[in-house]
Amino acid sequence: MNTAKFSLVTLAVGAVVMVFAHWVHVDYLYFASYTILQFIVLATAWNILGGYCGYVNFGSAAFFAMGAYASVFMHKFHPLPVPFLILIGGVVSGIVGFGMGYLTLRLRGSFFAIATLALSVVLQTLVVNWDYVGGSRGAYIIRPEQIEFAGITINYIEYLFGLMLLLSVIALVTARTIERSQLGFGFASIRDDELAAEAAGVPTLRLKLIATTLSGAFMGMAGAPFPFYIGYLQPSSAFGLEYAVNSIAMPMIGGTTSWIGPLVGAVLLGSAQQYAIVTISSAVNLLIVGLMLVAFVIIAPNGLVGLVQGWRRSWRKP
Amino acid sequence: MTALLHIDNITKRFGGFVALDGIELEVQPGERLGLIGPNGSGKSTLVNCICGTLQNESGHVRFDGHAMDGLAAHQRTHRGLARSFQLPRPFHSMNLADNLRIPLIYTVHARTGPLRSHGALDDRCHELLEMVGLLAKAKQMPRDLTQVEMRKLELARAVAAEPKLLIADESMAGLSHSEIDDILALLVRLNERGITIILIEHIMSAVMSFSQRLAVLVSGKKIADGKPQDVVRNPEVVRAYLGQ
Repeated sequence: MNTAKFSLVTLAVGAVVMVFAHWVHVDYLYFASYTILQFIVLATAWNILGGYCGYVNFGSAAFFAMGAYASVFMHKFHPLPVPFLILIGGVVSGIVGFGMGYLTLRLRGSFFAIATLALSVVLQTLVVNWDYVGGSRGAYIIRPEQIEFAGITINYIEYLFGLMLLLSVIALVTARTIERSQLGFGFASIRDDELAAEAAGVPTLRLKLIATTLSGAFMGMAGAPFPFYIGYLQPSSAFGLEYAVNSIAMPMIGGTTSWIGPLVGAVLLGSAQQYAIVTISSAVNLLIVGLMLVAFVIIAPNGLVGLVQGWRRSWRKP
Repeated sequence: MTALLHIDNITKRFGGFVALDGIELEVQPGERLGLIGPNGSGKSTLVNCICGTLQNESGHVRFDGHAMDGLAAHQRTHRGLARSFQLPRPFHSMNLADNLRIPLIYTVHARTGPLRSHGALDDRCHELLEMVGLLAKAKQMPRDLTQVEMRKLELARAVAAEPKLLIADESMAGLSHSEIDDILALLVRLNERGITIILIEHIMSAVMSFSQRLAVLVSGKKIADGKPQDVVRNPEVVRAYLGQ
């Protein structure tokens, strides 16, 4: 399937989901699915750097929070419609991603991961001490009940849900396009052996910077509507551990070498978490992530996608 | 005749250890140069400095009339310098054809512009695999290869970048006699196509039959450079290899 066809199919699936959600019309469903969609974007974004290039980023929460705080800043400075805030959040986090990449990409393996974790801590400290965006008190954003859109009045939560749905479609199409392009081949060569890639003529630093920028930008875009969704943003929720952990765990569980892995992982893990929050307790969701991650590392180290590929191969040659 | 590769007074230190000490070396276009030396004499470090994997502290590398100093490894590859690694480093998540696709996309295209269609790219991958006798395994993964096949893949990937100079870093270590002859024949074929080759090797019979000229490194210094027959009779070389 070429990219244009794939985009159309994904958009169509998105539209069906949108219509279905509108037909069911339960506010809670929007709330829960918004979180899952947000994780689809985060996991896909993480996978561009972590899965394709092999650079594990522990600082996803920082990029997510930069997007969210860019929205808070703009809301105070000069209110804009959410789609513009998503773009701004993407630009801000993209720049942070580029900067982080430039400063840390000479580090490899666990050293790179530690550096990204440190970035997260530094940025959180900055935000806690920045009074304009609420500091440690946090910031309120009063979400309107409804919004006029092309003459139709829609529920604001439905509107945010729709935006996040569109963003997931864009993220998935981008990831799949990269995977099949020359850029994707270059990323894979970096993941396999950076020294050999460089010797084969791959400009590894430039490619890694493209990956950190794109990955950061998508995480920021996922974070930009978050203050509107949650209504009250504080540093500890924006920089929450669950974002960093989930954005790593979801692609790992789904499979990191393909665009479909983060999607499967986010839907599976995201739904399980939402279910656990309602039925057991809100604190149990990170436990679920931990247990599933352990289980998958043992049973399917290449994720669900790897598991299925393995089965297919063994069927073909009995 | 101007030299293809001109190494001028290269020095490389690792902390207090001097790995290369004022190396001077010239390689003429089309030449087959053998580079030998005991373990730890700095051969691989010299390759790394020529190819940009390591940056030398002082001295200059000129290649094909251009200064290479400060250029990253991939930029040197674009300019026509290619190497194979001592221990094969294939892209393990890609099949053999895709392994060769990387230098084709990133070096040959970068040099000539992306003129090749998808089909032409596939053809070129297969042509290269055929040259090293791995065509039947084009769809297999590197982990399915034997040691000698892995070396051939390594050479094919270096050649895929269409280099002017190929540096083969111990491509024959650990291979049997017939496998060594296989690789030697391949290198001679490449040389006949106009690729200048530097062969780094411990196996003397291979080096002697292949090289037109021989250079010897000992403890980071070049102690001999000349006709292979003369160099192996050089008392200093004999002392370095056999001890006193």
